Amino acid sequence: MKGMTFKKGIHPTYHKEITSNVQIEVMLPGKEVVFPMSQHIGASCTPVVKKGDYMYVGDQIGIANGFVSANIHSSISGTVKVIEKRMTVKGVKETCVVVENDGLYAINPEKQIMPYNQEEKLTRDILIEYVKAAGIVGLGGATFPTHVKLSTPQDKKVEFILINGAECEPYLTSDERVMLERGEDVIEGVKLLLQVFKEARAIIGIEDNKIDAYKRMVTLAQDTPIEVKLLHTKYPQGSEKHLIEALTSRQVPSGKLPIEVGCMVHNIASVGAIYRAVIKGEPVISRIVTVSGKGVRRPCNLEVKIGTSIREVLEYAQVDWNQTVKIIAGGPMMGTALFDVDIPVTKGTSAILCLTKEETDCKPPSNCIRCGKCVAVCPMGLVPIHLQKSAIHGHYEVFLKQNGMDCIECGCCAYTCPAKRELVQAIRTAKAVIRAKQS
Amino acid sequence: MEKMLMVSSSPHVKAEHTTRKIMLDVVIALMPALIAGIYFFGVYVLFLTVVSVGCCVGFEWIWEKVFKRTITIGDLSAVVTGVLLAYNVPARAPVYIIVIGAFVSIILAKQVFGGIGQNFINPALAARAFLLAGYSTDMRSFPVPEQGRLLSSVDAVTGATPLELMKNGALDQLPSLTDAFLGNIGGCIGEVSALALLIGGIYLIIRKVITWHIPVCYIGSIFVLTTLLNGFDFYQSFYSLFLGGVMLGGFFMATDYTTTPMTIKGQIIFALGAGMITTLIRLFGGYPEGVSYSILIMNLVVPLIDKYVKVRRFGEVV
Repeated sequence: MKGMTFKKGIHPTYHKEITSNVQIEVMLPGKEVVFPMSQHIGASCTPVVKKGDYMYVGDQIGIANGFVSANIHSSISGTVKVIEKRMTVKGVKETCVVVENDGLYAINPEKQIMPYNQEEKLTRDILIEYVKAAGIVGLGGATFPTHVKLSTPQDKKVEFILINGAECEPYLTSDERVMLERGEDVIEGVKLLLQVFKEARAIIGIEDNKIDAYKRMVTLAQDTPIEVKLLHTKYPQGSEKHLIEALTSRQVPSGKLPIEVGCMVHNIASVGAIYRAVIKGEPVISRIVTVSGKGVRRPCNLEVKIGTSIREVLEYAQVDWNQTVKIIAGGPMMGTALFDVDIPVTKGTSAILCLTKEETDCKPPSNCIRCGKCVAVCPMGLVPIHLQKSAIHGHYEVFLKQNGMDCIECGCCAYTCPAKRELVQAIRTAKAVIRAKQS
Repeated sequence: MEKMLMVSSSPHVKAEHTTRKIMLDVVIALMPALIAGIYFFGVYVLFLTVVSVGCCVGFEWIWEKVFKRTITIGDLSAVVTGVLLAYNVPARAPVYIIVIGAFVSIILAKQVFGGIGQNFINPALAARAFLLAGYSTDMRSFPVPEQGRLLSSVDAVTGATPLELMKNGALDQLPSLTDAFLGNIGGCIGEVSALALLIGGIYLIIRKVITWHIPVCYIGSIFVLTTLLNGFDFYQSFYSLFLGGVMLGGFFMATDYTTTPMTIKGQIIFALGAGMITTLIRLFGGYPEGVSYSILIMNLVVPLIDKYVKVRRFGEVV
């Protein structure tokens, strides 16, 4: 069976075998757990607790500031130690609520989110309220607040609900393990979505390098209207626009949102979170993190409490500090290289990778030989080398004319460049400069 | 105490191929033709090739040393140019021809424009055109192949190439199709054996260094156009594909990354244009062979092709 796919893209070495068969383990944090007030795309949260407050597991810590923002909850029980600026994965200091862990993981007898009474009809407004209250964001790594996605304009019909199980980044196996071990939550979550978006078709797309997860989901989806489709393994299959193209043959027009072509895309883990929020009243307080790379002696898939220090996670996986040269939060194609490991795991931390010198390339760039490989792989149909030249020369008008803002920063161009030129890196910077100028 | 971590913008992993590995593949792909050349014309061919590679690499090194630029001879692009330059001269070419050719290709065609990736015409072909204009006697005396004799006689017999015979209408003197395919014909060192070049070309396609588009469009367009303009003589059109520089040009010259368009669509236009010019020169020009000039002319059109041939954008609103 040939998987569905999109045009162009690359076939990196996946290294998923390192952790794909390792069962999820629950890892408990140490004495101190740190909750940054910005764990999502959009406005930072405002803390609703003060120093000395006692927190139960699931208690709200930060309240969403505006529509594009997401609540933050405590993953442990303990006392608020301090509220101060601390370093985060984003590489900047953010307001963080630091909680002293009492190790009891006590649950508030008065739950803040009451589980949904299933006798009542689930409307979209109720669903959105639950998702908002639980602070659900895109758990694939993009961390876009899920309730914003659900709030589609009234005049646009949702024809497809696509569930992203592509997990196209190398090394990552967190979604794969969720499908294998917690697939029921995912299916139940999709059913909830279908209750609200009655006319939509729900399709779960899974790359064909996760055949076990595919089979598992097919079994679970039996006797439900949910379709499970196999995708050809290719990066960046998990990109929202490319998943839509592969599964529906529709292309989201340049600069538009998926709803323009009647689609709504959610990550596997996010859908599971929707189920737990609505039916069990659980907010997002933990996530599955793949800890992999040749720099760890015990690669694993961990259920980590949000706010756990990355150093603790790495030590749990027995990091080899001598071998590790680069630590990445997220996948190797789009993840962030860390310069500090005393920072907390957040909702978007899909993986922590310890890469050795052999695994991560560090050759200096040389002249472009005009081989055209970047053009051949760019899934957005751009000419990365032209964009890079405009970017490094500061020719932003030309950059805009070359449709530089369409770039999804997937990194295929820089991956494939034989001259090791920093293509996407320059394009990313130019995009940021242009955005800053526009606002 | 922990050591410092490496930090950079993503992606953090990169493909294995490098400029050097690509060039090495090209050199490997060119080896069958060298073996064929030695087999048909003797070890002097090997000597010329080694001198040519040495001069090209040497000139590149000297230039970069003098102008205090990064030494790039490690990328092997000068080696490729050196081999291709040697393949473009007759088997008995004097050494000074090679030295001059190496200077023209590396210094005049490549380094003055900024080195690798910056040249607008194919360096080896630029040298060939230069030598043909300046040293036409040396460049146009083609020894008759002496199959298997490694140390050929000092006074090698020269003769007309099949293309010259065709041009002069001496069709009865043409070598057989098998000889033309294997390379037992007069011509430049690396051009004669179509078989050896095909093996190399297929290697490049398998290794994904090149795609099939340029060779197929280039060679195909020569065949179609020659047939059309030559009174539908299918046999002779097919036969002429194995003569002169068609195979070397199609697989190794017209596929040079730097001097060809970056998009597949552009590459097809480039190949069709070059095929057309080759045929027109061969059939109507004053010169028996048109491969090198056709590619050089199309090299000059590349910036225009790259400017006007647009890639289809994802989600483009038509």
